[in-house]
Amino acid sequence: MASIRILNDKCIGCKKCAPACPFGAIGFSGEDAKTRKAVISEACTLCGACVPECKFDAIELLVDHAGTTDIAAYQGIWVYCELAGGQPRPVVLELLAEARKLAADFDCEVTALLVGADSGDSASRLIAGGADRVIVAEDAALKEANDLLYTDVIVELVRKYKPAIFLLGATSFGRSLAPRVAARLRTGLTADCTVLTADRESGLLQQTRPAFGGNLMATIITPAHRPQMATVRPKVFTPAEPDAARQGEIIREPLHIRQPLTAVQLVEYIKGDSDNINIGDADILISVGKGVGTPKNIAIAEQAATLLGATLASSRPLVDAGLMPYPRQVGQTGKTVAPKLYIACGISGAVQHMAGVAAETIVAVNSDPDAPIFNYAHYGVCADCMEFLLELIELLKAQ
Amino acid sequence: MKIIVCVKQVPATNEVRMDPVTNTIIREGVESILNPFDAFAMEEALRLRERHGGCEIITISMGIPSVRGILQETIALGADQAFLLSDRAFAGADTLATAHALAAGINKLGAADLYICGKMATDGDTAQVGPMLAEMLGVAHATDIAEIEQVSDSELLCRKLTDDGYVRIRVQLPAVITVSKEINVPRLPSISGVLRGLAADIPVFTADDVAVDKAQIGLSGSPTQVIKTFVPDLTQHIEWIEGKPAEQAAELLEKLVARRAIIR
Repeated sequence: MASIRILNDKCIGCKKCAPACPFGAIGFSGEDAKTRKAVISEACTLCGACVPECKFDAIELLVDHAGTTDIAAYQGIWVYCELAGGQPRPVVLELLAEARKLAADFDCEVTALLVGADSGDSASRLIAGGADRVIVAEDAALKEANDLLYTDVIVELVRKYKPAIFLLGATSFGRSLAPRVAARLRTGLTADCTVLTADRESGLLQQTRPAFGGNLMATIITPAHRPQMATVRPKVFTPAEPDAARQGEIIREPLHIRQPLTAVQLVEYIKGDSDNINIGDADILISVGKGVGTPKNIAIAEQAATLLGATLASSRPLVDAGLMPYPRQVGQTGKTVAPKLYIACGISGAVQHMAGVAAETIVAVNSDPDAPIFNYAHYGVCADCMEFLLELIELLKAQ
Repeated sequence: MKIIVCVKQVPATNEVRMDPVTNTIIREGVESILNPFDAFAMEEALRLRERHGGCEIITISMGIPSVRGILQETIALGADQAFLLSDRAFAGADTLATAHALAAGINKLGAADLYICGKMATDGDTAQVGPMLAEMLGVAHATDIAEIEQVSDSELLCRKLTDDGYVRIRVQLPAVITVSKEINVPRLPSISGVLRGLAADIPVFTADDVAVDKAQIGLSGSPTQVIKTFVPDLTQHIEWIEGKPAEQAAELLEKLVARRAIIR
């Protein structure tokens, strides 16, 4: 079992390690600075964040990892291609573009893994988008997203081809499928990454992700297990311009799915009106909060959204009050969004809300000049939301 | 029907404060609570018992000894029994090692028909433990469940939220489901419930008690390693748009077009 300890002969009580601990688990013994030593409390989770902070090598973390035995056999970067309506989801092309950059640093190939049924011309789109190779695993039984069938197929292919890195979009399906695959492969998986860095020295993928509702960023590695798996937030990376001249190899993997019926089966898509919009796909969001307040005002905000080519989103209070549907909720307990433009109307801007917003440009409209939302905004409009939106509607209509 | 609800203790998120000097999360004096998503999981178990009858509800958690408090809370709400996995050997677990430990605890307690987890914990935000636990237990899983429409001893009919809207799915038991916040509104415990919770015996299992391979749990069983944490600076230098609302709207549109945030 793993353990951590302070080497008292090396510790000088400089206290530099304490701020590095995300759990506040480092205290100090001794009254005066001369005899002071660091003390690790029960709150320690053995995360190891303090170890590199100590310039005196006084913190010792002992780990006895089992790990993957044939690490050198694992080569290249895989990107999982999730299909929607027979086409790759946008995040797949974003991941391919990022994988190309990592592949340049690691000097390796990028492979897209296409699992599904009727993928049409997706394989050539993946090559145009940056894949050197596409592995196509198609079967009529894979028409609908199914965690169990997809896990069987993907795990078998990972074991056969041995990729060093395996990236999946942090979509609703990706975040359900990836943990199942990682658990079966007994490898590490980092959720919902926003930054990926190739560390050429160690050959490891550094995966950075938000935790604590965006209050803390953590950089994570998978040193001894393969593949190094990560799900990556949609819209964090920019897809490459498709290059139809790019050449790539397409490998068709024959499948033999004997039992297409699994314990979880899709019965039907539930036709909903506006609830079926994925706010995560929108380039422009107009998001309404408590300051907007009434159904009539929400309708005005929706009109402004329509004229601007934007999608209407919401902060938590309006969803909790039943005024906006849950799929429209932005924030830690709702959805994370990364639009080009986020216009927050009457939203105070609590950290839990802002944890869900990673926009290129943020506009805040609020009558309270001290609202925290103005700390995050590029443009601040201190005004009554409704007056402002009505003027905006007039302007947009006139154009 | 036997239902096991997996719960986690998390810091009360709305009280997360940053130390302006050291730029770290202030933990002192921050209350620990039942992960809000796990409260939905617990409530759904109670509702299934009310609807379906004959349900036994067991809660389980992994954590430091003080996590007993939130397990007492689950007894107060109506759980029949609660168990805590607590051992230094469990510490430092990533999602895989956590799922492994929970699976070992569950195997010790005996298999259930339905396992309910919150969609994610509000400290780690990974949403990975539920599906990983299902794999370890060798049962199916379904995430983001918004409503259990029908329940029988052998299957559930559920409404699930996906990126493309809602779908209806049939889930054969045994299975793990993870629930989102729209599934219910959790109740508060009764006074007699609170007293029952405080009086409840919460057995604590060590790694040896659940006969788990120590190489698979805690830090040793965690393939992922945190190498750095830092506090992101999300604040922007704001540009104020002044004037009357009509002027503000016009100026904002102009600026957004110039910035190419909107295309005209």
